[in-house]
Amino acid sequence: MINNMLGQTVRIEAADPKHDGDKTTSKYALTVEDLNAWYGNLMVIQNISMGIGAQRITALIGPSGCGKSTFIRCLNRMHEVSEGGRVTGRVFMDGQDIYAPQVDPVSIRRRIGMVFQRASVFPTMSIFGNVASGISLTRFWSRRRDLKDVVERSLRKAALWEEVKDKLDQPGASLSGGQQQRLCIARAIAIEPEIILMDEPCSALDPISTLRIEELMLELKKDYTVVIVTHNMQQAARVSAWTGFMLLGQLIEYAPTKEVFTVPKDKRTEDYITGRFG
Amino acid sequence: MNELNGYFRRKQFSRLMLVLCGIATAVVILVLIFILGYTLVNGISYLSLDFITQPSKPVGEVGGGMRDDIYGTFILVGLASIIALPVGLMAGIFLAEFAGPKAASAIRFAADILAGVPSIIVGVFAYAILVRPMHTYSALSAGVALAIIMIPVVARTAEESLRLVPNSQREAALALGISRWRITLGVIVPGAVTGIVTGIMLAVARIAGETAPLIFTALGSAFGVQGLAEPIGALPLQIYRYALSPYSDWQQQAWAAAFLLIILVLGINISVRLVSSRRQK
Repeated sequence: MINNMLGQTVRIEAADPKHDGDKTTSKYALTVEDLNAWYGNLMVIQNISMGIGAQRITALIGPSGCGKSTFIRCLNRMHEVSEGGRVTGRVFMDGQDIYAPQVDPVSIRRRIGMVFQRASVFPTMSIFGNVASGISLTRFWSRRRDLKDVVERSLRKAALWEEVKDKLDQPGASLSGGQQQRLCIARAIAIEPEIILMDEPCSALDPISTLRIEELMLELKKDYTVVIVTHNMQQAARVSAWTGFMLLGQLIEYAPTKEVFTVPKDKRTEDYITGRFG
Repeated sequence: MNELNGYFRRKQFSRLMLVLCGIATAVVILVLIFILGYTLVNGISYLSLDFITQPSKPVGEVGGGMRDDIYGTFILVGLASIIALPVGLMAGIFLAEFAGPKAASAIRFAADILAGVPSIIVGVFAYAILVRPMHTYSALSAGVALAIIMIPVVARTAEESLRLVPNSQREAALALGISRWRITLGVIVPGAVTGIVTGIMLAVARIAGETAPLIFTALGSAFGVQGLAEPIGALPLQIYRYALSPYSDWQQQAWAAAFLLIILVLGINISVRLVSSRRQK
């Protein structure tokens, strides 16, 4: 349905956002322009431009090493944290380039949350402490009473509340793998970001946990813009509205998911989704 | 036939080497048992409540203990810790979390050299920069000397423990929009705390038995603990002094003090074991 709602015009803009006169348009949560990224001297992202629609799920697919993880790490300024990581180009959020020199990367990461491949629960903290960490570790002092509501709301949104409400003080690492990943999602939601980036969030999970996370993503897109990197093409087809196919650091094709999977424009996309390589 | 002979010879050789390794291991353990047993046998007769609650007495008088020297050892270890813990821990945090790879390896190299400096040279150094200008031996100068020995040990063990915290923790915290220093204090250090505590306790055990630097700095005191700017006694110093004295009464006391010192260091080592085994659970 969303595909139809957004229609053809969006696609043209998305392919060439420079010609899009109004960058602050509410249609895009993020507008990427001429993004390049390096590890040391190795160029891993080449000249990517795309618009990421607000309040929908955008999927990035492609073979291992195509740069899709690096690319979403560029969207919340996490790439520059890696050793040798360097980025050029512009990423606009509400008309503001997040790579402008006066922008504090920490403030960008509070608006653009991230969930990693491996659930990175803080082992020294309780379940409660994990969810509250994004708030308690940015304030000078916070009382548990004040955090309680946020923690409950975030855990409910992450569909984990019912399972953990009686053991909030147990260590976060005591949960199962799928629960830990949902705990990480709850932790990311707790700081109330506008965009959530997910880097292969299900690749370490069993099918049932994967299903739960996918249901959760569909729920989350009502309030948030979600960008997901996935190896799993079925997953991209199931959850996303738009899909980008990446190869060797370039964005080969970016279109409504249905089109990418049924009538791909590029031969390489077709080869990949039909399983001829990758 | 030849092949079989070769096999037989190799098997014999293997057996011989295994026996040699076994003997070497036995020597290691026996030395420890011998030291513990010898100090126990020689020291136990003099060890009593009086020994740790009474001040020392002049030659010829019966009795007397090492109360002031035990107290002195604790003061010196405390002084050294007050200086070395903040410096060592902050250096370790800088090395593990903030230094670039080149700077880190240079600093690490320097810290390892400092850790390898013979303790008597540290004592001479403290003598030159503190005892001479102050015109007196002092607890303070001894504390500084011990701190110099302690700093690289604390810094390196803290660094190693911090490095054991997986990078994914740092990334996850960064992605939550938490600043670097809050991540370090709120996520990384708590994750490494058992390793850091272990390192601190091993460093304390090491300096508690140091003697050479104290000869140049603490000197020893016949009048108990008088203040930080005055000479002070310490267990290892008193062992050195009493063991070399010609009086059999003092020699007995040296044995008792040696036993006490071993128990102290052993106690610290055993607590380290308890702390680090609890981490594994």
